[in-house]
Amino acid sequence: MTESLPSSIRPILRALGVAAVALALGGLPAAAKERVLAAVAANFAEAMAEIEPLFEDAHPEADLVVTTGSTGKLYAQIKSAAPFDLLLAADQARPARLEEEGDAVPGARFTYAVGRLTLWSPDPARIRGDGIAAMTDPETHFIAIANPDLAPYGAAAEQALAALGIADQVRGKLVMGQNIGQTFSMVATGNAEMGLVALSAALSPRNAASGSRWDVPRSAYEPIRQDAALLNGDNAAARAFLDFLKSDEARAVIARFGYGVE
Amino acid sequence: MSLPDLAPLWLTLKLAAVTTLALLLIGTPLAWALARGRGRWKPVVEAVTALPLVLPPTVLGFYLLVFLSPNAPLGAAWRDVTGQSLTFTFTGLVVASCLYSLPFMVQPLQAGFEALGRAPLEAAATLRAGPWDAFFSVVVPQSARAYLTAIVLSFAHTIGEFGVVLMVGGNIPGQTKVISIAIYEHVETINYAEAHLLSAGMLVFSFLILLVVYSVNRRFPVHVG
Repeated sequence: MTESLPSSIRPILRALGVAAVALALGGLPAAAKERVLAAVAANFAEAMAEIEPLFEDAHPEADLVVTTGSTGKLYAQIKSAAPFDLLLAADQARPARLEEEGDAVPGARFTYAVGRLTLWSPDPARIRGDGIAAMTDPETHFIAIANPDLAPYGAAAEQALAALGIADQVRGKLVMGQNIGQTFSMVATGNAEMGLVALSAALSPRNAASGSRWDVPRSAYEPIRQDAALLNGDNAAARAFLDFLKSDEARAVIARFGYGVE
Repeated sequence: MSLPDLAPLWLTLKLAAVTTLALLLIGTPLAWALARGRGRWKPVVEAVTALPLVLPPTVLGFYLLVFLSPNAPLGAAWRDVTGQSLTFTFTGLVVASCLYSLPFMVQPLQAGFEALGRAPLEAAATLRAGPWDAFFSVVVPQSARAYLTAIVLSFAHTIGEFGVVLMVGGNIPGQTKVISIAIYEHVETINYAEAHLLSAGMLVFSFLILLVVYSVNRRFPVHVG
């Protein structure tokens, strides 16, 4: 078949072939590291990115691979036998349910972080002091929240709007992301002027535009207690990671992202 | 078991209908220019038109999020003129769907126009038909099969849209919550019964549409020339 191709294409094909072989070889594990497949709630992705290298430095025998998504989606994937070794959820309900249903190792559950909700805008002048005024401002066309049915931060946002007494006033402005990460992107790209997002995302060093924010009073929503669950008890590296998550080193990172630690 | 909320279904059909109509208006002159053109620009335009076939919807969704944003010139101009936003609105979804389904309108039409050749138009010209008259009384009827294919594919492809809408829609009931999003949400919230109902409905509906088209195409073949 290559006979009919113009000669100029042949070197390109050859190069592609070499690249394919190199990729295939590169994909093979260098040594027999124990792989940990971690399912991580989207809000914790930023903190996880910092904890991951710390853990791998401390445990060179482990290879941590992270998948992020809404807790609801991760739960559904675990129920469909996704090969995750551990779950860092954004709530307590899903890990508890997994334990009841026999998908998580009993007794291994613990709260690794307590999430906080903040009203955030990339515009430094948009939120001045009082977030309620900013949300009810007619100049605010869209407020992004996570889908309350899917993401615990969405449920917290809904509770907060009700507790602040502006749920009816802002209902027409609400747009929903499937998880807190997508919600954040709606605000970061300026499509929604502001959003009720995870404080961790607003504090993340990856978030170049620091903008303005108003931390929602803690009394306005149930504490977002985020539990970890061990799904594969045979994976020693997964156990090691959950232990590492309780270490002072990891807790310092978690606290720096605005989470409460217990 | 309660009946599922049918609003996303109607919204999806409305979106597909409006998009197909808009694409007819945009795609016809574009396909015509491509079928008749010979310039160096032609492969460039053809490549751009085919991009949505190749790109992941997330690429389209991300760039739409960036360029339709009120912070970007296009989104800002649109908001100044209409007072509305392009993202998180039905209008924005129509814009996104037109881009997403563009090749499904343009490519069959272009093929149809090319198959037609120049002879029928030249004949029409000798009969002193103006260009518009010739187009509507000669080209369009003779390209009926191409139009049918283009319309059905654009409509069906828009109904099947998911990734782009997920990213620029904002999941607003009655505005941007189309059926694929509703199904996704039902699956994520473990409402498998409702997910089944809507999914089965989509499956049967899509099959019936295609069946009708293929049957019509078979029974009433359009003879060219």
